[in-house]
Amino acid sequence: MTDSKYFTTTKKGEIFELKAELNSDKKEKKKEAVKKVIASMTVGKDVSALFPDVVNCMQTDNLELKKLVYLYLMNYAKSQPDMAIMAVNTFVKDCEDPNPLIRALAVRTMGCIRVDKITEYLCEPLRKCLKDEDPYVRKTAAVCVAKLHDINAQLVEDQGFLDTLKDLISDSNPMVVANAVAALSEIAESHPNSNLLDLNPQTINKLLTALNECTEWGQIFILDCLANYTPRDDRESQSICERVTPRLSHANSAVVLSAVKVLMKFMEMLPKDLDYYGTLLKKLAPPLVTLLSAEPELQYVALRNINLIVQRRPEILKHEMKVFFVKYNDPIYVKLEKLDIMIRLASQANIAQVLAELKEYATEVDVDFVRKAVRAIGRCAIKVEQSAERCVSTLLDLIQTKVNYVVQEAIVVIKDIFRKYPNKYESVIATLCENLDSLDEPEARAAMIWIVGEYAERIDNADELLESFLEGFHDESTQVQLQLLTAIVKLFLKKPTETQELVQQVLSLATQDSDNPDLRDRGYIYWRLLSTDPVAAKEVVLAEKPLISEETDLIEPTLLEELICHIGTLASVYHKPPSAFVEGSRGVQHKRLTGNAGSGESVESPDTGSAAGATEAPPAVIPSQGDLLGDLLNLDLTPPTTTGPPPPISSGMQMGAMDLLGGGLDSLLGGDLGGNPAMGTGFGGAPAVMPASFSAPVSGGLDDLFDLGGGVGLPMGAYNPPKTVWLPAMKAKGLEITGVFVRRAGVIQMEMTLNNKAMSVMTDFAIQFNRNSFGLAPAGPLQILTPLGPNQSIEAALPLSTVGPVMKMEPLNNLQVAVKNNIDVFYFSCQYPISMLFVEDGKMERQVFLATWKDIPNDNEAQFQIKDCHLNSDAASNKLQSSNIFTIAKRKVEGQDMLYQSMKLTNGIWVLAELRVQTGNPNYTISLKCRAPEVSQCVFQNYEAVLKN
Amino acid sequence: MIGGLFIYNHKGEVLISRVYRDDIGRNAVDAFRVNVIHARQQVRSPVTNIARTSFFHVKRSNIWLAAVTKQNVNAAMVFEFLYKMCDVMTAYFGKISEENIKNNFVLIYELLDEILDFGYPQNSETGALKTFITQQGIKGQVSEFSLTKEEQSQITSQVTGQIGWRREGIKYRRNELFLDVLESVNLLMSPQGQVLSAHVSGRVVMKSYLSGMPECKFGMNDKIVIDKQGKGATTEDAGKSGKQSIAIDDCTFHQCVRLSKFDSERSISFIPPDGEYELMRYRTTKDIILPFRVIPLVREVGRTKLEVKVVIKSNFKPSLLAQKIEVRIPTPLNTSGVQVICMKGKAKYKASENAIVWKIKRMAGMKESQISAEIELLPTNDKKKWARPPISMNFEVPFAPSGLKVRYLKVFESKLNYSDHDVIKWVRYIGRSGIYETRC
Repeated sequence: MTDSKYFTTTKKGEIFELKAELNSDKKEKKKEAVKKVIASMTVGKDVSALFPDVVNCMQTDNLELKKLVYLYLMNYAKSQPDMAIMAVNTFVKDCEDPNPLIRALAVRTMGCIRVDKITEYLCEPLRKCLKDEDPYVRKTAAVCVAKLHDINAQLVEDQGFLDTLKDLISDSNPMVVANAVAALSEIAESHPNSNLLDLNPQTINKLLTALNECTEWGQIFILDCLANYTPRDDRESQSICERVTPRLSHANSAVVLSAVKVLMKFMEMLPKDLDYYGTLLKKLAPPLVTLLSAEPELQYVALRNINLIVQRRPEILKHEMKVFFVKYNDPIYVKLEKLDIMIRLASQANIAQVLAELKEYATEVDVDFVRKAVRAIGRCAIKVEQSAERCVSTLLDLIQTKVNYVVQEAIVVIKDIFRKYPNKYESVIATLCENLDSLDEPEARAAMIWIVGEYAERIDNADELLESFLEGFHDESTQVQLQLLTAIVKLFLKKPTETQELVQQVLSLATQDSDNPDLRDRGYIYWRLLSTDPVAAKEVVLAEKPLISEETDLIEPTLLEELICHIGTLASVYHKPPSAFVEGSRGVQHKRLTGNAGSGESVESPDTGSAAGATEAPPAVIPSQGDLLGDLLNLDLTPPTTTGPPPPISSGMQMGAMDLLGGGLDSLLGGDLGGNPAMGTGFGGAPAVMPASFSAPVSGGLDDLFDLGGGVGLPMGAYNPPKTVWLPAMKAKGLEITGVFVRRAGVIQMEMTLNNKAMSVMTDFAIQFNRNSFGLAPAGPLQILTPLGPNQSIEAALPLSTVGPVMKMEPLNNLQVAVKNNIDVFYFSCQYPISMLFVEDGKMERQVFLATWKDIPNDNEAQFQIKDCHLNSDAASNKLQSSNIFTIAKRKVEGQDMLYQSMKLTNGIWVLAELRVQTGNPNYTISLKCRAPEVSQCVFQNYEAVLKN
Repeated sequence: MIGGLFIYNHKGEVLISRVYRDDIGRNAVDAFRVNVIHARQQVRSPVTNIARTSFFHVKRSNIWLAAVTKQNVNAAMVFEFLYKMCDVMTAYFGKISEENIKNNFVLIYELLDEILDFGYPQNSETGALKTFITQQGIKGQVSEFSLTKEEQSQITSQVTGQIGWRREGIKYRRNELFLDVLESVNLLMSPQGQVLSAHVSGRVVMKSYLSGMPECKFGMNDKIVIDKQGKGATTEDAGKSGKQSIAIDDCTFHQCVRLSKFDSERSISFIPPDGEYELMRYRTTKDIILPFRVIPLVREVGRTKLEVKVVIKSNFKPSLLAQKIEVRIPTPLNTSGVQVICMKGKAKYKASENAIVWKIKRMAGMKESQISAEIELLPTNDKKKWARPPISMNFEVPFAPSGLKVRYLKVFESKLNYSDHDVIKWVRYIGRSGIYETRC
């Protein structure tokens, strides 16, 4: 008998048949039917209609059937809370069963059912199970406390389960201890300041004892928990380390990595001159190397972690270079990570070997890998001075291959080598200039332009070369534009006579024709500098540049410390703090390494620690964001001393395919821009301070400055919600979509601006929506008939209908959209104001209103506060009316204006509102009543948005 | 912790979907399908973040296993768990295939309920699991209700106990054990014959058929142990054993081994699981016996012809025989024809694999063999050079290239009346090629 047949029933009337079978008298038939139901559930069919019939099968003495019914319950109980109650009795009964397996099963399943009424009944059985005689039941109950806490934290505290859980840390059974530790750690995470996991030497001792006896997974829970402990002194620290080191020989890589985490953290406490410190360092290397013979996915996790460890303590793996050599059939993700670590470990001792390897890699097939290998050669040159010459000649060999992307990467790194060793390798410039035409990537173009500008005096035709770039100035990316501007200004300062025209041209291009504020600002700065004091300009623009630091792409030290505390976890894989990718309160705590306070020696970064010179300044760290080299060009823009951690918002944006924060931020900014008339004057006022000696060629620009001043002050009129960026260009291969939802004359429209920021033409646009809460769907195809050229934008209005497929979204007004063009398909999600769903005939009769208000149960009433709203009741009423929120009646009670309002959604849901406005009090109170209380939150937000604008 | 676990077939259809946490919605199932399985560009990392949800995946033949989470979980643990899940499924119903998964989906759900609780991995030892999850085929339907009270508590104490990998009351008429020392020797050699990197990764696999709860002690020619013992012995002995001992870079053990005892005394003692399991893994890099040496010679004759000559030399005792020897010589993509001459074995150009494959069934130690080939190329104007992948080799030899020797495996079972002498023991050494490459 095989079970696969259950997957194949797809005929009509299936639900009906299943119902009959579920109610059959024959046991076998019943079981068959439940299996079919589970199979349907797995593939995503909605079988919630069978709820009562399935629950009826629960009362059975067949364990297999029982487990299946439980599985069904866990999936659907939330959607049918009232009926789920039917199951409570069986659960409570099972919790008393003589068979421990059944007791555990019942308590385990009950914890997974997120229905309030069930959780109420859970408390008593749970309390008993926590003290059950059988360890299997206790270990299950321990986890159940964490489940219950996730549903109702208050209840767990009130019932005193936390104390019982703490007691379980002293349980005789190691697995119970491990699960209790896991549950407590999780609960503690959501109460950052509570002293829930009260770690003291006694509990630590208990944990270390259990560590030797419990399952591999339990060991991980315990080690991860231990890592949060701060030992009192170096003696305690050492004794814990001693008891943890045996774990380094465990077959489970996760146990090993968690042990490494504990050791790396506690090592900070140990004085460096201690013998044990050296022993420990030596013990760490072999297990880390062994991790590289695990399966590729684990290797990847290990390598990401080793990358951190090597930055923190380079001495651990300094002799192990060879194991990071790339193997021909390593998966690409392993190859790229190994390469990173190779460069970190490169030193004078092993550079010859490393270079030979890198040269091999540069001839491989995978483009990304080859690029990274070429960059790595450049990094070696910068890191190990003795090898610079050999690296440069290797790079020149690679340029001779004429493989387009190799050439471009090589030029980018050679630029960095120039900056590290000025006046040493400039003889190669001629070779580089030969390849000017083949450069099509912004970074390579920018690098080449930088080289031409920097060494303008040595390149005879520098002006011609730069002029050739200038022709297509507007099609270049910002990076190239900025670099071109700087390079031409440098050229002008070096050869003022023949390049006046060129500099004039670039300044006007940058200031007048560009809408990029960075470019404009830089243009104006140069302009003013040149016109006020050319000598000063020379000093500023041609100033000696600081040498770039030898280690690029280091993780910023405070972040590194935090990540070391997260070894083995996702944070260490992403190289981002948990707060960047975890929602809610979890992971917000920042973990820090605690240094060795006893010896008075502060925690130094490993580089400075080993550096010979005592007064040496710490190396500048260039924060990188996922890029290999941490774009050195940006040195021009941001001073290299920026060491603050990258703001979590920006990293969040890179990660999520649909990031609401991003959109929110933009809309905020948009609102500011439109609503701030001072901006115009700010700009307009600027030229006034400009000295009169503003030289002749510039006067055209001066006029324009004033024009600009006039242009920015926008007329303030009716409230138009600003367009927000829905799809940033970096996520969609250059396509940027900004847009807004509006309701115009009863028609819902999505108004979008599509902006092509890529180099190629985009065509064949199409749009599709995912199922959503109100069945929004495009009423017709997206009308973009003309191809969209680079740097062009186009407006498009898409009428929407509300008859599409419906699925409840979270949040309710969330809309997931897919846009296709000739390049790819892109996804984004946005939220629409619920007011666009308010229909024009949403005004209720007074009597009907009264009756309905009374009819809707009080449970459905939701009350909100709207703060800081300075409208009187009539103005508010008018404003709301324009959004199809109709005032039916107004009443004055004790100095308060009561407005009774109604609105109707496109799907026929009525929302009734009572708005209380008190003269002199800027806070309104609003009560909403609706048969579908889920919409209340959205409606309230909409009220707020309308009233405040 | 793990928020959910999904299993897909190669088309991206869900075969198993089990959600443990409320923060994982049904849309996560689709998100993985769209962004990873159906992704236009092959996904370049085993961890993917989609809309603040992290997906870990491993692939077994055509089947995708994905674990989902929204928290900062222990990533290494998740992957270890996914591998373990594969092991458990294989132990229950054999190969992981779409058909087997569909056939056993009820069983899989039952297992997932047992080994993951709220996303926390619980006991995942098949030995223990099989005592009470016996749903399918292999064992008949045993409902727990028919178990006696003692049996029940025996199960629960085993699942939660310190020796979760072995149940009590095992009896064999013949107490027997098999030790397999399986090594894979890895090499990367430069065209000039310089060893760029070489290491042996070895495994000691044990099949134990022992009664009761036997206490075992395993000994091998580990340099540290031998040196320690050597101190007390005569100089002659020390010199002798010193030669035979090997330096182990690192080793890891099955969870049955008492790690703290190994750490302090470097002795390997344990109570073994019943049946087959991997006792230890180790890695060595020093004094490796490289069973074969490959000497390549590639000459480009004009733009349309390559001449390749490869010599292989066997480097072990003449009395031993290597088997299943295969040399794979890569050819450029624009190869139009190949002529091969070899002294021994059979060689064939396989156009679909872009390689000349030379197979030799058996070869004794201290021998030499040669192949020469002429490769005709189509003229191309492709600027990119041919990457020249390394020449790789496969083989099997009946010794351990690391030099590891099993010295003893003692068995003590105090409660039952059999002694170490009564146990029949078998030891076997197999050395295989791992990634054994010579650049050309």
